[in-house]
Amino acid sequence: MSILDKKISELHQLLHTKELSVTDIVDATFDRIHQVDGKVRAFLTLNEEFSRIKAKQLDEKLVSGADRGLLFGMPIGIKDNIVTKGIRTTCASRILENFEPIYDATVVERLNNADTITIGKLNMDEFAMGSSNENSGFHPTHNPWDLSCVPGGSSGASAASVSAGEVLFSLGSDTGGSIRQPAAFCGVVGLKPTYGLVSRYGLVAFASSLDQIGPITRTVEDNAYLLQAIAGNDPMDSTSAKVDIPDYLASFTGDVNGLKIAVPKEYLGEGVQPDVKERVMEALKVLEGLGATWEEVSLPHSRYALATYYLLSSSEASANLSRFDGVRYGLRSDNSDNLIEMYKQSRSEGFGEEVKRRIMLGTFALSSGYYDAYYKKAQKVRTLIKEDFTNIFEKYDVIIGPTAPSASFKCGSMTKDPLTMYMNDILTIPVNLAGVPAISVPCGLSDGLPIGLQIIGKHFDESTIYRVAHAFEQATEHHKAKPKL
Amino acid sequence: MSEFETIIGLEVHVELKTNSKIFCGCSTNFGAPPNTNVCPICLGHPGVLPVVNHQAVDFAMRAALALNCEINRETKFDRKNYFYPDNPKAYQVSQFDKPIGEHGWIEITVNGNKKKIGITRIHMEEDAGKLTHTADGSLVDLNRQGTPLVEIVSEPDIRTPEEAYAYLEKLKAIIQYTGVSDCKMEEGSLRCDANISIRPYGQEKFGTKTELKNLNSFAFVQKGLEYEEQRQREVVSNGGEILQETRRYDEASKSTILMRVKEGSDDYRYFPEPDLVSIFIDEEWMARVKSDIPELPDARQKRYVSDFGLPEYDAKVLTMTKEMADFFEATIAAGADAKQASNWIMGEVSAYLNNEGRELDQTALTAEGLAGMIKLIADGTISNKIAKTVFKELIENGGDAEKIVKEKGLVQISDEGAIREIVVKILDANEQSVADYKDGKEKAVGFLVGQVMKETKGKANPPLVNKLIVEELKKR
Repeated sequence: MSILDKKISELHQLLHTKELSVTDIVDATFDRIHQVDGKVRAFLTLNEEFSRIKAKQLDEKLVSGADRGLLFGMPIGIKDNIVTKGIRTTCASRILENFEPIYDATVVERLNNADTITIGKLNMDEFAMGSSNENSGFHPTHNPWDLSCVPGGSSGASAASVSAGEVLFSLGSDTGGSIRQPAAFCGVVGLKPTYGLVSRYGLVAFASSLDQIGPITRTVEDNAYLLQAIAGNDPMDSTSAKVDIPDYLASFTGDVNGLKIAVPKEYLGEGVQPDVKERVMEALKVLEGLGATWEEVSLPHSRYALATYYLLSSSEASANLSRFDGVRYGLRSDNSDNLIEMYKQSRSEGFGEEVKRRIMLGTFALSSGYYDAYYKKAQKVRTLIKEDFTNIFEKYDVIIGPTAPSASFKCGSMTKDPLTMYMNDILTIPVNLAGVPAISVPCGLSDGLPIGLQIIGKHFDESTIYRVAHAFEQATEHHKAKPKL
Repeated sequence: MSEFETIIGLEVHVELKTNSKIFCGCSTNFGAPPNTNVCPICLGHPGVLPVVNHQAVDFAMRAALALNCEINRETKFDRKNYFYPDNPKAYQVSQFDKPIGEHGWIEITVNGNKKKIGITRIHMEEDAGKLTHTADGSLVDLNRQGTPLVEIVSEPDIRTPEEAYAYLEKLKAIIQYTGVSDCKMEEGSLRCDANISIRPYGQEKFGTKTELKNLNSFAFVQKGLEYEEQRQREVVSNGGEILQETRRYDEASKSTILMRVKEGSDDYRYFPEPDLVSIFIDEEWMARVKSDIPELPDARQKRYVSDFGLPEYDAKVLTMTKEMADFFEATIAAGADAKQASNWIMGEVSAYLNNEGRELDQTALTAEGLAGMIKLIADGTISNKIAKTVFKELIENGGDAEKIVKEKGLVQISDEGAIREIVVKILDANEQSVADYKDGKEKAVGFLVGQVMKETKGKANPPLVNKLIVEELKKR
């Protein structure tokens, strides 16, 4: 068993007994990356030189016995829409191809305080818009389980790099399913925390009212470690909640006896592949065996979620992406001789097709005369969707269903059809609109490709999600399955 | 009188005097080297988020309350989208449908007539950066970006350029009194755009309006509006049509010049700023802000008339700035007669400040100094003429009036014997004037008084000199 297959707690034990050094871990990480990333293509930027220096510094700390952070010596990959001071941050867009941030995102600061090592920056769909990683402005990332398939998106490379054993864990961001769907496609664990639990300061905004940063890991336990390090109020983010952060590791009791599970009929209905339904039903049986009970419920407004999401997220995106205008940083086109042309040319050359599509959609939805019919109406529907969840959580502890309607699909099979591509997120989007937390954990395979089980919890009740996910994981072998690369 | 009625609405931007910017911790100091008061947040770098400066909300609320506005208990920010190099996020965080204050008013007085001008709304927003255009290109300075502003929009209640001037003067006075802004047009801490249209008397529908920009003083606002009012009347009278235009006031030609014709209205695609949460204002917060508002100019003006017996005119002039009114009251508190204090402040003090281009706090004059001097005049120690010398010393170098008078030997000569001696000497030396007086030319007395004053270096008590000259002349 490679040292990269171990959990954080196991690695910390080995570091503690001096059987392993941080340098060993970092060396193994880069060896693995150099070995497989030519196939997976998860990284946009590697931070190799600095990682090795930091490993040495941490090893000295190990010898001196100085205080160690929660994630001491652990190598991490960071999605390229989270800014890292001095390390190129592109959002997988040509418009930011050479952009070096002058500050660290709050999550990056917190990871540094926890003594992690930032191995590099991970590919994604441009500005987190997409479900397959094929919208990267640089190159697609491939699914380690089948290189001809997509890793999902938009945090496709965050999931693929963990699945391929290139990094121990990674950070992704989830606006409509961008952590959970790729986690499902790559057979790893991905959590979208409650909106407001993790600071967004330094996350390049796609849709501000929906975006959340979250951890992608191989095990539920590691996931809780990573969340513990990054969660909590940040005065730099006005939407960050002032809540006490529990000890997430304390939630691993293995006890789900008496747990009340709601299974929305909309989550097992039309459009969801039979294999996916089967795996979810098997998972529910496992939980039943552990003493939980489940009932079918309805999220009546979830059928409007996709339309609501595309109106709201695109509207916010149209404003959020306006700052990329070529004036102060990023790409500035040479093919212009006046201000308006400079704006037009820089943005035409810098943004990819999907990003332009969303900007146009959002600009239209916010236009005078259309605002009430689109943006305002979507806000009202969002409230109804939130209420759907509130109603269910009055009676149930968690909601369970599949993460995505299918397993991964072939690269190029959906790129010509954006609407079919958008359907990938139909089961994850309502969660973002409601602001509640949800995790995707592996629950088996379909034709050799992983399927994800989605466990949705109450606001700020990540502990229950972890308890259920951990109990399920421990009762099954799914998380032990690994891609052959 | 014209057959047209003029309709004017004013949009005034006022910079709030907070220590730091509205959404980040950068300093709001005026005059720093370009792009030094900046950080990733006000530079609009990827990933940054705004955090509301609560002092800015307090200040905006204070201004809103002083302008008799109703406070929205839930107020929120919105994004106003437009591309321009001085606007780094390509949206300005402003307020759209829930501004901090609405439905306010202020009272103006024009030609002795009082009139209420409605205030539609007052909302908070961030200021933009500053562009400097050079031959090699345009330079962007983002020091000002993120400075808190309030925009105060008047109802279309103003009917003459003179009323517009009075409105601005009153608005400035009120805002200055509240202490939330310096309202210095020359530093850009107060800016004004004006909308003007005309319609035949009796018509309800507003005419097409034009918008005036580059109005760098209240006087230019009035002059620009006067020009524009006349221009519109001429266009319409000649069968022409007013277009929806933005026009610039040109100081050199004293006219307005077309900048651009607007087609329809700009679409800023306002929507709620998702990076900020709504602000809920409770009674306690409002009460605290209310208690920070000092007595405002109108109330003071009334008090000066009723308590100090000042003429309306004096009361109005003295209360135009808080600084002046405070100084006036301090002068009275130090023992000066109210009318005398008013005369000196409106006269010599104002003249000095105007000539020197200074503010009161940039001089050495104290209320105690001025009061001391006024008391010396009242008790006859110095004449009004001598007082001017003392005043110059007080305002330039400060100090105590009595001490100055003593040190400079400026005490008035009121000794009758001493003055009579000088009078006799002067009459002896000016036989022609004495003869003129005898011929009934009363004017000769003035000349002789002047001679005595010259002889005594201005220190002789003037009424006494006058009296003794007449007595001595009659003896001859």
